[in-house]
Amino acid sequence: MLNGKFDAATRIAMSIIVRVAEVCDVDQLIDVSRAHIGGCTYLGEASLDFAEMFARLGGKVTIPTTLNIGSLDQYGWQIFPIRQDFAEKGTRIMEAYLQMGCELAWTCAPYQAGHRPACGEHVVWAESNADVFANSVFGARTNRYGDYLDLCAGLTGRIPAMGLHLTENRRGKILFRLDSLPMGLMQEESFYPVLGYLLGERSAEKIPVVEGLPKDMTDDQWKALGAAVASSGPAALVHAVGITPEARTLDEAFQGRVPERVEKVDMALLREVREKLSTCTDAPVDVVALGCPHFSLQEFLQLAALVKGKKRFPGVEIHITTSRFMRDQIRSLPAWAALERFGVRVIVDTCILHMRTVSPKARVLMTNSGKYAHYAPGILGLQVAFGNMADCVESAVRGCVHREDGVWKC
Amino acid sequence: MEMLTGRPLVPGKADGTVLVARKPLSFWGGLNPHTGEVIDRRHDLSGQIVTGRVLVLPYSRGSSSTSSTLTEAIRAGTAPAAIITCGSDPVLALGSIVALELYQRTVPIIALDEAHYHRLKTGDRVVVHLNGKIEKVPQGN
Repeated sequence: MLNGKFDAATRIAMSIIVRVAEVCDVDQLIDVSRAHIGGCTYLGEASLDFAEMFARLGGKVTIPTTLNIGSLDQYGWQIFPIRQDFAEKGTRIMEAYLQMGCELAWTCAPYQAGHRPACGEHVVWAESNADVFANSVFGARTNRYGDYLDLCAGLTGRIPAMGLHLTENRRGKILFRLDSLPMGLMQEESFYPVLGYLLGERSAEKIPVVEGLPKDMTDDQWKALGAAVASSGPAALVHAVGITPEARTLDEAFQGRVPERVEKVDMALLREVREKLSTCTDAPVDVVALGCPHFSLQEFLQLAALVKGKKRFPGVEIHITTSRFMRDQIRSLPAWAALERFGVRVIVDTCILHMRTVSPKARVLMTNSGKYAHYAPGILGLQVAFGNMADCVESAVRGCVHREDGVWKC
Repeated sequence: MEMLTGRPLVPGKADGTVLVARKPLSFWGGLNPHTGEVIDRRHDLSGQIVTGRVLVLPYSRGSSSTSSTLTEAIRAGTAPAAIITCGSDPVLALGSIVALELYQRTVPIIALDEAHYHRLKTGDRVVVHLNGKIEKVPQGN
């Protein structure tokens, strides 16, 4: 693909892939069946220059390629404090990717939008939470791709044969045991982001294996766990024994070897992580942010049940990020009425870390997301309180942070 | 003079004062590419400016946009003079490779093995050579 037979866009994409292969000492490329583009948000001129260079050269993706969140909610960014030039450039980058034949998805939870690769399928997904999900839940094979390689893979259908694409690199290294935890903890929504944050932090570059997660873990629980794993560390695969397709048994997760280390996850450790996810736990709340990664229909329904008959404290804003498709679904259901009455604001196709929807006057953000909790202080300059969805609703009603310690007290 | 041997993932020449990060850093959400400031408030370099420094960090981590944040910092002129990681870090290398493609500018990315890596301390003056060798300039000169 580096020679004259291919167009300029393909040649440049291929040359970038080959250089990365060289950096990684890899001399083989493999075919990939799909790509998910993480780089379609405006992160400065470089992100725009890169997309527009390929679009200008007439680049077209050659494998099914979906798009992660964009920079803007095209349905209503105007009501937020967004600068005009950011909106223009954000729109340009979104258009450049569509022009190259990418499939409009605009979601960081492609796995809840029907994109569910099979076990053993090689994909290039460039969204860290989706990588954990693809590897751990589906047994698909992707690395934590950064931007650029996503589009290069979409254009060429190729990627260096390295990292988690290779069976031997998927071997578990550290065993995390959950057997000392109280019953009931695993029904607690916030257990999953807290455990994820702990796993990401403590496993660092070694693949964690978790024994003791419930077999009926929902997609939403996995989503919350994966996003937190990816926020606190570099891991892209968590073997859950009995759940992850290639970790049906402990032995399979470790590929017949013994763990390098065994860690017993206890309540003290988890409580410490739960506390660390908040920078304040006793303050007036300005904004409640849900939907990181993007809110699912199930989560909308859960929220609708929680807010029914309640009144939001004046001035507290509720921002929910999701895809336009999920928004259309919830709006068509009776549950929407309760959400509308409570005054939730649904933001689609993007994320509050990219499109700043939060008022410049806001000081405290409350969330049930380990990822929002991790990034909001740095990116938005806000104090963060972390709790579960019910805590978030109760805090919105009271106007100040309120957390039920419930099962966390055990 | 002390000489460390690294592997040039993205070769280049640079010199500057070392800034060591104890913890891995996600450039996206962790580095402001317009100012060069580390903005991850949970990071040990929080508030420090990386511009022109020889940034030494275990590895990058976090969300998937670290590469383009580095490219953007290179474009904006706020990037470190060089980046030295413990083992190879393709995410940072890619940010620098694309900067070369788009702006004909780059930041050297050098991988050191663990033993060499731990010999760099904040405040050391170093010269990074094209072949990946890192020369420690004796203090006081």
